[in-house]
Formats: sequence, structure tokens, C-alpha cells
Amino acid sequence: MSRDRSRATSRDLERYAGLFASRTKVMKSSAMRDLMAITERPDVISLAGGLPDTSTFAAESLAAITAKMAAENASRALQYGPTDGLDATKECIVEVMAAEGTTVDRQDILVTTGGQQVIDLVCKTLVDPGDVIVAEAPTYPGAVPAFTSYEADVVQIAMDADGMRIDELEETLDRLEDEGRRPKFIYTIPSFQNPAGVTMSLPRRRRLVQLARERELLVLEDNPYGLLRYEGEPLPTLHSLDGGDFVIYLGTFSKILSPGIRLGWAVAPVPVLEKLNLGKQATDLCSSTMTQLFVSTYFAHDRWEDYLRSLRDLYRRRRDTMLDALAEHLPPEASWTRPQGGLFIWATLPDYLDTTDLLARALSRNVAFVPGRAAYADGRGASSLRLNFSGVGEDDIREGVRRIGAVVREQIALYGTLTGTQPGGAGAGAGAEPPAAQPGAELADVLELHRRREGERRSDAR
Amino acid sequence: MTRVAVLKGGRSLERQVSLRSGARVEDALAALGHEVVGIDVGHDLVARLRETAPDVAFVALHGRDGEDGTVQELLEVLGIPFTGSGVSGCMRCADKVIAKHAMRDAGIPTPEFYAFTETAFKELGAADALGAIEERLAFPIVVKPSDQGSALGIRFARSAADVPAALVAAFSYSERVLLERHVHGRELAVSLLAGEALPVVEAVPREEDFYDFSARYTIGRTSFVCPAQLGDETTERAQALARDVFALLGCRGFARVDLMLEEGTGELFVLEANAIPGLTETSLLPQAADAAGIGFEALVGRIVELALAPAPASASSA
Repeated sequence: MSRDRSRATSRDLERYAGLFASRTKVMKSSAMRDLMAITERPDVISLAGGLPDTSTFAAESLAAITAKMAAENASRALQYGPTDGLDATKECIVEVMAAEGTTVDRQDILVTTGGQQVIDLVCKTLVDPGDVIVAEAPTYPGAVPAFTSYEADVVQIAMDADGMRIDELEETLDRLEDEGRRPKFIYTIPSFQNPAGVTMSLPRRRRLVQLARERELLVLEDNPYGLLRYEGEPLPTLHSLDGGDFVIYLGTFSKILSPGIRLGWAVAPVPVLEKLNLGKQATDLCSSTMTQLFVSTYFAHDRWEDYLRSLRDLYRRRRDTMLDALAEHLPPEASWTRPQGGLFIWATLPDYLDTTDLLARALSRNVAFVPGRAAYADGRGASSLRLNFSGVGEDDIREGVRRIGAVVREQIALYGTLTGTQPGGAGAGAGAEPPAAQPGAELADVLELHRRREGERRSDAR
Repeated sequence: MTRVAVLKGGRSLERQVSLRSGARVEDALAALGHEVVGIDVGHDLVARLRETAPDVAFVALHGRDGEDGTVQELLEVLGIPFTGSGVSGCMRCADKVIAKHAMRDAGIPTPEFYAFTETAFKELGAADALGAIEERLAFPIVVKPSDQGSALGIRFARSAADVPAALVAAFSYSERVLLERHVHGRELAVSLLAGEALPVVEAVPREEDFYDFSARYTIGRTSFVCPAQLGDETTERAQALARDVFALLGCRGFARVDLMLEEGTGELFVLEANAIPGLTETSLLPQAADAAGIGFEALVGRIVELALAPAPASASSA
């Protein structure tokens, strides 16, 4: 096999190029991909991933649950299962959703291979090339390639501290209607959004489901973090507000148990669910029976909520550590969100800084984040970055943010030297001016901004 | 049978490209019947090389450390013959500013430029000279890091307002940055093997991506034509310039020289030379060699032969 590969000439490759579907041409820049690959170097403190901390799950528990599953269900665990998932697993899903106040029926659930598969299946089921998908600006970076691989036209709606701006959504829907284009679905992460960290307010949730109903549009509610709330009152899911007529709900075990088991789910109106089911059959027949049984065995223990509580405590501390570190180390020109849950903080720098370039400089100090551009389908987001606080310990968070703060300050000082403005310089006063309006600035303008004032120190950030 | 250590990966920003180049080279060497040891370059490089004791090292590294003479210096200390240019050739190619000065001094046409370190701006007030520079170069100006191999950090400044942010971007990758007159025209690359020029490759970016360097380096967004559709005279001039640059910078074995063919004037300008051009599926050197009837295996075999041949200091063929 490898011999053949080495003989491939550029002409052969051109021959293959002629066979590739046109949708494969939508690819991320290879330079950006290469840069992201370096963030995985072991000596790099990576605030770039979206990883839960699986080290908190006791190895003995994993061994015990697996042994019990094998003893009780060996042959089933090794066998194919139904496409829609095992009943025992669906019972667990009903329980998880009930913990967020959402009542669903077992038969409305499709068990999937991670939440990502739901995004893929929804696109597969609903999207023809050129169709519009409405998403938040910024949106989940992992959804962008899924949308573009189905050749969707992604239209992104600005957010503020209360989540997606529904007024802008309505204007956009009107404009699209005038153009004779009807979006197939609205993609939203209402709680502790990835990457922005903000949460959609209750009035906006109500208005969104009302809009979907009025206009007969589907909403894809992506809710991986809803149970990871560290403060404030829980809000109802869109699915529970709507009753499930126009909302497709996406859930996952990745953030409350393990992403390694690759199990998520969709809850959808029956006709949509049937199509999703057919799509899934074609993709992978069924999700792993072994991990589905692992989940049901684990839930039978009745300890999942204890584990969830321990995760909440851990991540709350890490979030606070990161917020403190940001207040201490980021310059006054920077702003960032203050999430009440989830895994991410979104920071915005002056518009003359490009966070892809900043990442290169940060990598030379062995620290990494996700450049904001990854969260937009249209090239915006260049001066923002996503920081994850769940995947690394508090010492690394502090040190990582300190290093990022250092490179940001260097870049700002250099820009000041180049323009003769010295923003942030001692007493110059120019630094107090917020950066000029820019695409994506909405988020920064409306959110609580944790700018460090004279003498302000860590404790003030809480 | 020759034992070949393929050095790949490393810590540079071009690590991924290097891993792809290295994997492909390993396959070719194995197919040629060599004993191949792949080494992902890291802290244990010297120990790995001592333990492997290769007859020759194939340096498939790109960017910092691998392409700037650092690894080559180590290989010389260890007495291991290696592919491609030696320490001095690598150093001259890796630093675009040094390469451009050498070219200018030797009368080889290269776009007008000015280069500064961050210190010049911070300590010496170089910002005050920007106006004069902008006047002399005229917009759009290309701003690039002096020692970054890929498209990262390269910007077009279309007006004076774009310059500071472009400089900040470029300084993210390098301590020295150059501002260069933008030559509008066709992009050409001449690869060289043993000092001899291979057929010219032309890179044709899609119209809308012209000012977006990262898009231009994305598969499917730039197409390559080889041999480039040029007149014989232009082809010969481009190849002669490439040969001159190869010799001038002291390259050895193989290299790639990038040029611009200016629209209107028909003049050729050399942008830079790459001591270790990419060897991946889509890289330009393998395409050019292929057009000359040299398949990938033969190309890799020849590069190894050149490394093992008694090496004259000059750039003439071994």
C-alpha cells in the first residue's frame, strides 16, 4: 500500500482531484490547520481544547462498571443494536433531560454517536446545497465544517450578554424571505454557548420558539452544557418551552460523563426523527451497544448526579481562577465574557490584533487558545479568542493566561509604537478608549466587561 | 543497502507539512530498498542519531531549526552526511532579508524592500520612517516575517492605515520583518536539482483570493501549471536566474526559487529561495521533477546520491 502511494505522481493526484465531490473543496486553510496541530504538543499549556477533565472519573469505578456490564450483558454488548438506540440507554436520557426540567418520551429519542452526529444528521436530512442555516455569531467551531460540508450558506446572528439577538434574527429572516430564501433551521447553543460563554435569556427563549412556530422553522437546540451551571437559576430548555413541535434537541453524555464513549442523542418531532433514523442507518447502523450498556449500568448505580456535582465544583473553581487571571493579566483594551456555566470564555482584543498571528507568538511561549476566526463561517472573529477552563488544572490556567496576557501586551505596545498612540501606556489616556467598532464587537460591547481598573485585583473579578 | 535517517516534524510552525514530506520520503526510500529510520526531531535528536548511526540523513524538515542551518550544524558535528544545503546555504535562504541583500548586491533583480527589527521600532523610532518607506515602495506593500516559510504572517497593506497591524502580525512570527514592493504579475517557482533548473511551475490563485494569503495556500484554491505557459525566452531567463540564486546563496543538492513575472514590463524578480522545499503530494518540487520525467522515487534517490557524493563547496552539480 505504502509503496503505491510513493509512486503517485502529481498527475495521479490531479486525476483523483477530478473525482472529489465539490463539497470537499470547502476546506480550512492548511496553514491554520497546521498551527492548530502544534497546540497539541505536550509542553504546551492548551486552553484551546474543549475537553472535560476525565481524570476525575475513578479508574476503579470504570473497571467495576465495565465488569458488571460484561457479567450481565456480554453477548448483547458485543452485538449490533437497534438504530434508534437501546431502551435502557433511552431511560437514562429521559432521566438526564428530566434533571433539566424537560420531559420527553423514550420513543422520541434517537441515540447517536456523539452530539456531533446529530448536527451531521440534521444537515443530511434538511440541507440541500445553497440552503440557509442560521447560527449564532460566533458559533461552535465544530459545527462550521459540518455546515459547509453540506454546502450550506451559513448566516450568523450577533449575540450579546443575553444570547442571540432575536431582533436581528427577525430582520434577517425577513430579509431572507424577501430574497425568496427560507432557512432550514436555526442552530443555537442557548446555555453557556460555545464559544461565547453567554446564555440566552428567558424572554429571548420564549420569543425564539414563538418565532419558529409562527414561521414554521426548525430550531436545533444544542445543549451539551446545560447541567454544568455554576451559578444562577436554571432556565428552561427551548424544547420544554416549545413542547417539541419545532425544536430538535441535541444532548450528549460527553460533558457529564465521558466524550470517549461517543454517545449523544436527538429528540425531534416524529417525521423528522424518522428521517434522522434513516440517515443514521446509512451512516453507522447503530451507535456502540457496548458504551450504551456502559451508560445504563452506570446510571443503575444512581451516582451520576454526584459525579456531576463534583464536576460542577471543579469547573466552577477553574472558571473563577481563569476570570481572576484574566483580570490580572489582560490589558484594559481587552474584554471577555463571564459565563455562568459551561467550559468557555470568549475574549475580544482590539481590532488591529489578529488572534491567528497572536497564536503563533503564544505558541513560542508554549500556550495555546482557539483563534476566533474558527467560530465564524465568514472570516469575522479575527480579534477574538476562545479559552477553555475545564481541561487543565488551576496552576496551568493561571500560568497560561499570564503568558497570553504577556503576548497581548507586547502586541498592543508594539502597535502603539507603530502608530504613535501608545495605547495602554502610562497616563496616555488613549488606552481607556474602547477599540473602534468592528464585526463581532456587539458581544464585547454589551457584556459585563472585566477591564482592570487602577488598583483592581483578583478578588474584584468575582 | 544504505541506512537513511529521515528527519521530520520538529517544533516549527511547519511541523505538519514536514511530517507529510517525511512520510512520503520514507515510503520512497523503502521502495528503493534502503533501510529507513524515521526520526521526529526533538530533545533526543543527537542521541537518536548516535544510536541509529545512519549512512546519511534525509532532512525533511521545514521552517525554524530544520531549514535554517541548526540541524545541519549538528549533523556536521556528528559527521553524518545529509541531504540538501549546508549550514551557510540554509542560513542564507532561511533569512529572506539576508538573501535579498545578497541578491541585490549581486545584481539579481529582487523587489525593493526595507527590513526592520522590533527593536528598531521600539528603541530607535523607526515608525517615524514609515512614511518615507511607504512613499518609496508605493501601495500595495507586502509585509512579511523574514524567516517564516509558510503563508503565515504575510499581509498586503493597501494603504498606510493597514501597515501597523500588518507589522504587528508579521512580528508575531519573526524578530525581523520586511516591507516589500508588491510586484503585480504571475507567480513562478523554479525548482533545482543538483544546481540544474527543472521545468517552471506557475501558481494561479483564484481571482477572489488574490489578497488572501492563507486562502492561496489552501488545497483547491490555487491551481498549479507545470510546465508554466511562458515563452522560451522567459522560461530560460527564469531558470538562469534560479541557477544564479542557487549558486549565490550556496545551495547544495536541491532547492526552490520563487519569482514574480511582472505584468506589463515582463521583468522577472526573485522573491526568495527555499533550501528545503516541500515534498508532499501537492508540493512544487515533485511536480516540477515529474514534468522533467523524474518520478518521486527517482527524485528522492537522486537527492540521497547527491548527499553521499564528495561534496564540492560550490553549487555545481555533484
